[in-house]
Amino acid sequence: MRTEQNTFTVSRRNFLRTSALAGGGMLIGFNLFTACKKEATLPKEVIDFSSLNFNDFNAFIKISDEGYVTIFAPNPEIGQGVKTSMPMIIAEELDVPWDHVVVAQADYNKKEYTRQVAGGSQSIRQGWDALRQTGATTKQMLINAAAAKWGVDASTCKASNGVITNANGDTFGYGEVTKEAAALEVPENVALKDPKDYKIIGTDAINVDMDKIVTGKPLFGLDYKKEGMVYASILRPPAFGQKLKSFDATAAKAVNGVIDVIQFGDKADSVKDQIKGFMRVTDKVAVIANSTWAAMKGKKALNAQWEEEKLESTEDHDKELLKILDGKKFDVRREDGNVKKAFAEADKIIERTYESPFLPHNCLEPMNFYADVNGEKVHLVGPIQTPQWSAGYIAKMLDRPEEDVHIEMTRMGGGFGRRLYGDFIVEAAEISSTINKPVQVVFSREDDMGAGTYRMAIKYRIAASIKDGEITGYHLKEAAVNSNMYGLIPHFFPAGCIANYKVETGNYQSNITTGAWRAPYTNFLAFAEQSFFDELAEELGKDAVQLRIDLLQNVKGTQDENIQYSGQRMEDTIRLCAEKGNWGKAPEGVYQGFCAYYSHNTHVAELAEVELKDGQPVVKKVVAAVDCGIVVNPTGAINQVQGGVLDGIGHAMYGDLTFTNGNPSARNFDNYRLIRMQETPQVEVHFVENGLSPTGLGEPGLPPAGGAIANAIKAATGQRLYKQPFVKYLNQELKEVKG
Amino acid sequence: MPNYTLNVNGQSMSVNVDADTPLLWVLRDELDLVGTKFGCGIAQCGACTVHIDGQATRSCQLLVSNLDGQKITTIEGLSENGDHPLQEAWKEVDVPQCGYCQAGQIMTAASFLNNNPNPSNEEIREAMQGNICRCASYNRIEKAVAIAAKKVS
Repeated sequence: MRTEQNTFTVSRRNFLRTSALAGGGMLIGFNLFTACKKEATLPKEVIDFSSLNFNDFNAFIKISDEGYVTIFAPNPEIGQGVKTSMPMIIAEELDVPWDHVVVAQADYNKKEYTRQVAGGSQSIRQGWDALRQTGATTKQMLINAAAAKWGVDASTCKASNGVITNANGDTFGYGEVTKEAAALEVPENVALKDPKDYKIIGTDAINVDMDKIVTGKPLFGLDYKKEGMVYASILRPPAFGQKLKSFDATAAKAVNGVIDVIQFGDKADSVKDQIKGFMRVTDKVAVIANSTWAAMKGKKALNAQWEEEKLESTEDHDKELLKILDGKKFDVRREDGNVKKAFAEADKIIERTYESPFLPHNCLEPMNFYADVNGEKVHLVGPIQTPQWSAGYIAKMLDRPEEDVHIEMTRMGGGFGRRLYGDFIVEAAEISSTINKPVQVVFSREDDMGAGTYRMAIKYRIAASIKDGEITGYHLKEAAVNSNMYGLIPHFFPAGCIANYKVETGNYQSNITTGAWRAPYTNFLAFAEQSFFDELAEELGKDAVQLRIDLLQNVKGTQDENIQYSGQRMEDTIRLCAEKGNWGKAPEGVYQGFCAYYSHNTHVAELAEVELKDGQPVVKKVVAAVDCGIVVNPTGAINQVQGGVLDGIGHAMYGDLTFTNGNPSARNFDNYRLIRMQETPQVEVHFVENGLSPTGLGEPGLPPAGGAIANAIKAATGQRLYKQPFVKYLNQELKEVKG
Repeated sequence: MPNYTLNVNGQSMSVNVDADTPLLWVLRDELDLVGTKFGCGIAQCGACTVHIDGQATRSCQLLVSNLDGQKITTIEGLSENGDHPLQEAWKEVDVPQCGYCQAGQIMTAASFLNNNPNPSNEEIREAMQGNICRCASYNRIEKAVAIAAKKVS
């Protein structure tokens, strides 16, 4: 098993810089991702303290003369909670009371920062060492400054809760020694706390933006206002595979409040081949108005004609994907042993096909962005997971140096992967540069759902060979629209557990745009694989939990460095879940389903309980066990797992987007079903306590949910589900699940 | 454009907008009260919920011209110091993830608890069914409403 330790040491060269602030206080910067990423460039060797400013580093600690601490968070907050949990780690080692800490969002700055991306559940895992070192080193500098003032040896002094104490019992608050501390050498190899001494890590800290959220203060992209700003509503082709032929703006221009109607898209189109990454570019029409409502009304009044190229439908995709699964054109992603031989010698072969639809992200805050492109600068404000990519694209598109591009990242009303793709920020910049005004682009819900970068439709065919009561071979084929599973995924369970193992992928290229969606690929794969194992357990006459534990013994001690999941940690997680959820001991009328899945460096097991109400299966409870190492902020962690489980249930149960001649089947919530409160079970969350370094939680709670409820529904109704959304494929009499 | 005088959060406010402008956009674009959120525009998600004379109402489907002196309350005016029992319960339970839907959730719950100060869990689940939380913080919303109900009654 590969152990991924973040290796770095504190040094002035690559890590910390300090300076006294003109207005009092001390500023400490740390380059978080230089510390984490091998490929990151190091700042220059000689440090000119006078040149330091707030933009020099990925994040900062600012300590005021009064001892209050401001921590600047480099990466955007999409609801995953890192704006709260990352500063907690610094505050722990700095040893300040949490209520003395203020958290502020840093702006994007490519010149000085290295990696401002939100995604992949990696912030906590990658930041763990660097954040702790930063807090501890800062604390040591404050101690050193106090010791110097007292004229005593620093080793005789201690610091706790923002106060430094010497052997005589004299004290200094942190704020009283910040000026002196800022002038000191940065100490190296400062000792970190023993986890048993933690005072903040492992305790509940509520969302740092809580007060603003519950009182409706401006926080999100759509809340941003600027004097002189206008609004833009954009008309895009209604169907994938269409292009604008012509349009008549007479009626739109007659709408009260409409300022202008422009065709655009050429600028973005001219550079799309030069920049890596998806970009939705077609010629589009923007209605510019002095209010959001006028812009939306104006858009509705546009009369446009469209040219049709290739219009695709779900039945085409189904046919193409099944053709791939039936064919021989695959890329082999992993192969162990001899699958062909195992299958040839088998007593029995079980083969099943699993099918999923497209899914829109449906962030509740629709896509939007503010742009002010003027002679001096390109000022962009809004919700984006990938500011660096956006800045690069926009600089190229506008033929401006990247230094001109300034991005302010707002709190995001959900991300789920959609805001990795910056089509809306590019649109805002192009429109502003065309009309020479600051503008906010606002997607309607119909724009948001209809012009998505959807979770692609995927089909899996999984086969297993059984010989003498054992699983001897495993063969998984993936057929997906546009792109295939990440390189890591073929090495997840059951890789390493079954001697003869093969994963192959194939894809069909479509003009329907697709991309990452919360827990990419595994959001559906986990259901397919884990209901397959449930069926295998049934076939072998084994307990479903025991079968998984038995298989996991085979991966323990593996030397295969591609395999990142741990047999032991997975087993411990499974056992905890089975114990807390009383596996196998369900009371009369309660049906259990089990699922365990490793993704995004976190091991998760979930046990679902289903009851029948008027013959219909209702998910009543889910017990989740999670191994994410040390739990930094339990309340935030539980929230992430509960949300992930319910999100996973909702999309497995109801999530469905199909296409007819390029038109998506839904554009708003009147005909797209999201899980709502009455369909939600209670989710109970337990964490494996092992003291290991923490991993992320934004995604890994989601993938096992679909498998857990599918297996419970099988136990309750006898029906095996092979396709999502389940509500569509449950037997007719079971179809109308309470809603 | 016609002029409308609105009673928002206890204050009289005057706006010049078209008669078909939904209250949501009057609040957000004209009065800078951005706590009321745009989610779907068709009264399906509940993010835009405000109170009209104390009753939870979807502001995205309520035209400014259909208002006639009613008292409009937005999340900004729910309590003077952000200490309504629901706001307190939201903090106690640490409800939000992204936070975008929460103002609408709180406004729906506040009106519901006014009408039914002592609800059962089933009644809470039914009352909150119209509000989507895309992050699915539903367990905590349910719990926070129950806690607030205890404080109210």
